[in-house]
Amino acid sequence: MEVDGQMVYAQIPDFAFIGQDSNLVTNATFAGKAYVADFFFTSCPTICPIMTKNMLKIYERFRDSTNLLLLSHTIDPKRDTVGRLHQYAHNLGVDSGKWFFVTGNKDSLYEIADDYFNVVIEDPTLPAGFDHSGRFVLVDPQKHIRAYCQGTDSVAVKKFMEDIETLLDEI
Amino acid sequence: MRFNLILFLFFLSFILANCESQPHRQGEILYQNFCANCHMDDGSGLAGNIPPLAQSDYVRQNQGQLACIIRYGMEGAIVVNGKTYQNPMAGIPQLSEFEIANIVNYINQAWENDYGYLQLKAVREALEKCKQ
Repeated sequence: MEVDGQMVYAQIPDFAFIGQDSNLVTNATFAGKAYVADFFFTSCPTICPIMTKNMLKIYERFRDSTNLLLLSHTIDPKRDTVGRLHQYAHNLGVDSGKWFFVTGNKDSLYEIADDYFNVVIEDPTLPAGFDHSGRFVLVDPQKHIRAYCQGTDSVAVKKFMEDIETLLDEI
Repeated sequence: MRFNLILFLFFLSFILANCESQPHRQGEILYQNFCANCHMDDGSGLAGNIPPLAQSDYVRQNQGQLACIIRYGMEGAIVVNGKTYQNPMAGIPQLSEFEIANIVNYINQAWENDYGYLQLKAVREALEKCKQ
């Protein structure tokens, strides 16, 4: 979007969800930090496992960068309870203070997906019940979207990690 | 006569060489379409959540169950290479017994697995036993 000839990046509105440790996860959780957001569900038989695998690569590469966090939203809050997300994260062996798996009100989750340039549609005709895009979105400390990539494409994800490096150098 | 034999052997080796280069072509394509989303192209699965098929003691030791798992899916905890996995797997009811045999035999030989060859007859018998 342009305002007075100046580029203005899309901004993520305030939010409040529940994380895998039954903790409140809000925009304040990410204050002063950059984060990568995506949308998935644990029983997804299509694109999610490979997305999670690529998120895990990002997690591992930036494990020691305290200024980068990860945020995965379920789009299936009915089945993905806090307990189930906890188990999923625990199985991955990731630190719950760095990679947040959140659930919450379905409408809020679907609405914020739109702000992250992700499309989420419930479609009972599909084997898994959902149609959704697998974008990874990089958000800066000012809640502006700075980069995104297709989370299933490992070449794109590699480039995306360079974008993350660039942003972290700024912070 | 002798020349004919040499010619015959030449063509035979040519044909065999061609067959050998892609021994599990259909199995590979089916694997990519039906299995790789979760178990990954390289058979590595997803850390802690989806078990590996590459270098997997479970695959090696449960050859008789694989056809049934592919057709009907599975639930409950299993231990693979010492790790417990408990996410359910959905079955793929539309695959024929031939297709299932081809997938199993692709998995058995992919990624440096060396788990032998499962005959169609064995797949048929296994599916008959676990028929739902």
